[in-house]
Amino acid sequence: MDDLLRIEDLRVSFRLPEGDLQAVKGVSFRIPEGKTVALVGESGSGKTVVSQAIMRLLPRAAYISGGRILFRDRHCAGGETKIVDLASLAADGREMRSIRGGSISMVFQEPMTSLSPVHTVGDQICEALMIHRNVSGEEARKIVLDMLTLVGFPDPLKTLDTYPFELSGGLRQRAVIAMGLVCRPSLLIADEPTTALDVTIQAQILKLMKDLQKELGMSILMITHDLGVVANMADEVVVMYHGEIMESGDVQDIFQNPGHPYLKALLAAVPRFDMEPGERLVPIREIKPDGNNPILRTKRDRSVHHSAQTSAILEIKNLTKTYKTRKGGMFKKEEDAPRVLAVDDISFEVRRGECLGLVGESGCGKTTLSKIIMRALTPDNGSIKFYEPDGTERDVLSMDGDELFGFRERMQFMFQDPFSSLNPRMTVQDLIGEPLLIHGMKDRTERREIVAALMDVVGLSPLHMNRYPHSFSGGQRQRIGIARALALQPDLLICDEPVSALDVSVQAQVLNLLTDLKEALGLTYIFISHNLAVVDYIADRIAVMCRGRLVELAPKAQLFRNPVHPYTRALLRAVPEPDLHNLLNLNDLMEGKASIPELWPAPFTVDGEHRAVMIDLGEGHYVRAHEGHGPDLMEYCETGDCVDEGAALKQEIENRQGPGPGESVR
Amino acid sequence: MLNYIINRILTMIPTLLAISIIIFTIIQLPPGDFLETQIAEMQAQGENVDLEKIEYLRKEYGLDQPPYLQYLGWIAGFVQGDLGYSFEHELPVTEVIGDRMLLTLVVAFASTIFTYVVAFPIGIYSAVKQYSVGDYIVSVVGFIGLATPNFMLALILLYSANVWFGTSIGGLMDPQYVGEPWSWSKVGSVLEHLWIPVVVIGTSGTAGMIRRLRANLLDELSKQYVVTARAKGLSPIRILIKYPLRLAINPFIADLGSILPSLFSGAVLVSFVMGLETNGPMLVKALQSQDMFLAGSFLMFEAGLVVLGVFLSDLMLAAVDPRIRLGGGASK
Repeated sequence: MDDLLRIEDLRVSFRLPEGDLQAVKGVSFRIPEGKTVALVGESGSGKTVVSQAIMRLLPRAAYISGGRILFRDRHCAGGETKIVDLASLAADGREMRSIRGGSISMVFQEPMTSLSPVHTVGDQICEALMIHRNVSGEEARKIVLDMLTLVGFPDPLKTLDTYPFELSGGLRQRAVIAMGLVCRPSLLIADEPTTALDVTIQAQILKLMKDLQKELGMSILMITHDLGVVANMADEVVVMYHGEIMESGDVQDIFQNPGHPYLKALLAAVPRFDMEPGERLVPIREIKPDGNNPILRTKRDRSVHHSAQTSAILEIKNLTKTYKTRKGGMFKKEEDAPRVLAVDDISFEVRRGECLGLVGESGCGKTTLSKIIMRALTPDNGSIKFYEPDGTERDVLSMDGDELFGFRERMQFMFQDPFSSLNPRMTVQDLIGEPLLIHGMKDRTERREIVAALMDVVGLSPLHMNRYPHSFSGGQRQRIGIARALALQPDLLICDEPVSALDVSVQAQVLNLLTDLKEALGLTYIFISHNLAVVDYIADRIAVMCRGRLVELAPKAQLFRNPVHPYTRALLRAVPEPDLHNLLNLNDLMEGKASIPELWPAPFTVDGEHRAVMIDLGEGHYVRAHEGHGPDLMEYCETGDCVDEGAALKQEIENRQGPGPGESVR
Repeated sequence: MLNYIINRILTMIPTLLAISIIIFTIIQLPPGDFLETQIAEMQAQGENVDLEKIEYLRKEYGLDQPPYLQYLGWIAGFVQGDLGYSFEHELPVTEVIGDRMLLTLVVAFASTIFTYVVAFPIGIYSAVKQYSVGDYIVSVVGFIGLATPNFMLALILLYSANVWFGTSIGGLMDPQYVGEPWSWSKVGSVLEHLWIPVVVIGTSGTAGMIRRLRANLLDELSKQYVVTARAKGLSPIRILIKYPLRLAINPFIADLGSILPSLFSGAVLVSFVMGLETNGPMLVKALQSQDMFLAGSFLMFEAGLVVLGVFLSDLMLAAVDPRIRLGGGASK
């Protein structure tokens, strides 16, 4: 056997009360030495079960019911190489335990929970080393220190004694990777290693894994549903669907000649940057509401009524919000507590009938902003104005009591997490009807009719009205969320990462639904997402946020064709596309420093000397830069400066990090 | 951290003052006082009342003064270590309580340790082997333990011990040792009697603790970091002890706030049934007869122990859990 790992006719079954269920039905593939194999599929396709079977970490109800998992183990006792059938070993036996973590290790999806919160990072990484390699505590510490340096921790020595909750998501994932690699395994299984991360950090982690693969000569089994990541990482691709392999082969073949209809469908469902204006995603299962739906009919009249595109519906001026980072003690004054700026002097307007995309990495303040608009948080400063269709102006922040209660019908919110945003003890009928009940529709039959119509609008059968949320899939639950948000017939819908928890095929379905509803009901959206391709697909204009600041705002074509702000550029560069001709430039990532405002180059930087304002570049394109600049900024980018801007920014970073005379970095 | 501790200690003072006012008010709520109750009782029995002595006591303890002065006098004495005078026992409160304290603590410590020693292994076993035969048996026994009234178990055990081992019924020692100075045979007699209350008081806590530990541990066992630990190749036992167990004991440390006061007053009902010479029954009697200084002292001690226990458990939680130690106070 030349390959590192070969899986032959693997079958995994789950013991369920109603009998055995086969989740993996005769899967065979190989992982060559030193290569990356991507295992692709929707959730529920059995890809994670395969990885668990290799590690012998299957859930208690699951067992391997057939097949072999042959692994070439280089770390056998006595240093010899031996081929082991992992499927035949005892799951928690000594032999399997020595392979697990020693020769094969695993990186998990969720960096927030995959480390123990009460043990230091150093302790948890050292532990893996101490079990598998015969080293003393002193040596182990040194090796771990080297590994932490290798995965790019800025201060490895300090990291040894920090706890996971003190690190950001990206750093935690680095720690998890360091833990997986510290024994220099021959196979690394990465289960959605970057799904929970921001694009800029995702790009860094992908680069890190590629570099380490080269350095350590290991193979990687990459489990993902993100075809962009696959195109950038994999040598070979295996596509799974319902526990079976649909297609497998070289990454070139797979992307250029997708043979199987499922793979074609999967590729068609991913939003791409090069889509034609008006081109629709093709979901695997499309939603078709009944054309005679009463809600669609009444709303269509309304949407025709005010189709004037230019009038604003929401105007936000100089919004600022700070959070206290630490509670003052009993004898301390409130004002002494250190504060952090969550939203810093943001102004923009939302036009009636448009979809405004709000993009930025986690912690940039986009959710805070949306909560302020919803009046769930109170800003320190600024104003929010809402305009009625007839042009009447209403001050959102000064409303209270009955006026605010009535106004809530105009603006609704759609949440990110389809699981925790629906009360598991309420039926779908109660969930969707609750806003109606709260706002005074006491008649049960009347509510029932509207709920039925709403369910039809989002493509759910009204027959399922009395079911509880747990009997629906993630995508269906998200549609319940949409129906609930639409119940009060709002004008403005704020969608906070509505598709980030969904599979690509379901994502396409929900995105198309949102697009159709916007047209049909004359809605206005504020669409918050960290996924640029998704925002590109659905939004008309895009606002980019970083560290609480709005850095750039432009019509989407303009933004993608001609990004001006260094942060926007870094963000655009970091998105992996499912296209082999358009791979990420992994050497140009600036180690995530693009999101540190103090390190932005000259007219954009935050230095306390210059006042930053939104500068109009024409055609509705605004960028945040120092006062006094004008449309010349556009040229700044179109000239030679721009081509080598990454290098320029790097230079800038180095200059600023050195102790320059008279210069202080805040 | 030091700031935090000082802050916490300073906030204890107003808390305890508030509690003392509430305690004093409640004791004063029923009409009359101890002396009046006693006079009435003696007259009803046709006995002569030594009015001079009564009058002397009333003056001495300020019962003729308005309540707020009585309160101030009581609390001022309390701070200086003078807990007042027990009318019923005709002794200073310190002496009355002191006698019983040792036995109370012995019973309480023994039963707490019994609870932990029994509950922890069983709880861990039934969580790790969830839905196994062993888990079901333990759960059923646990539920029976929860559902059986303590005093009934006490009576059954007392009877059995008397029939099988000839242990005398009631009390914590054979009658001939009561009031005698401590000797080895007295200690032996105490030990012979001790196990019944320990088992009775212990089992009630044990069943509850098994259920809680099982639930906590099951939560932790399904967490992602446990899978991570398994993926490292750790042996199941080491994983269990190092990761989930470490996190599952947090609630038990937090419990300290309620354990300390229960050490002090003990299980009242069981003590009554078994005639144990502990604090619990005495507190009840003191409340019945409006023996205000004795009752007040008991209640203040308990309140103090609650406050102290919560404080200690907070400190211990901070020591054990870095999330509390380092993340404290940050708000989103």
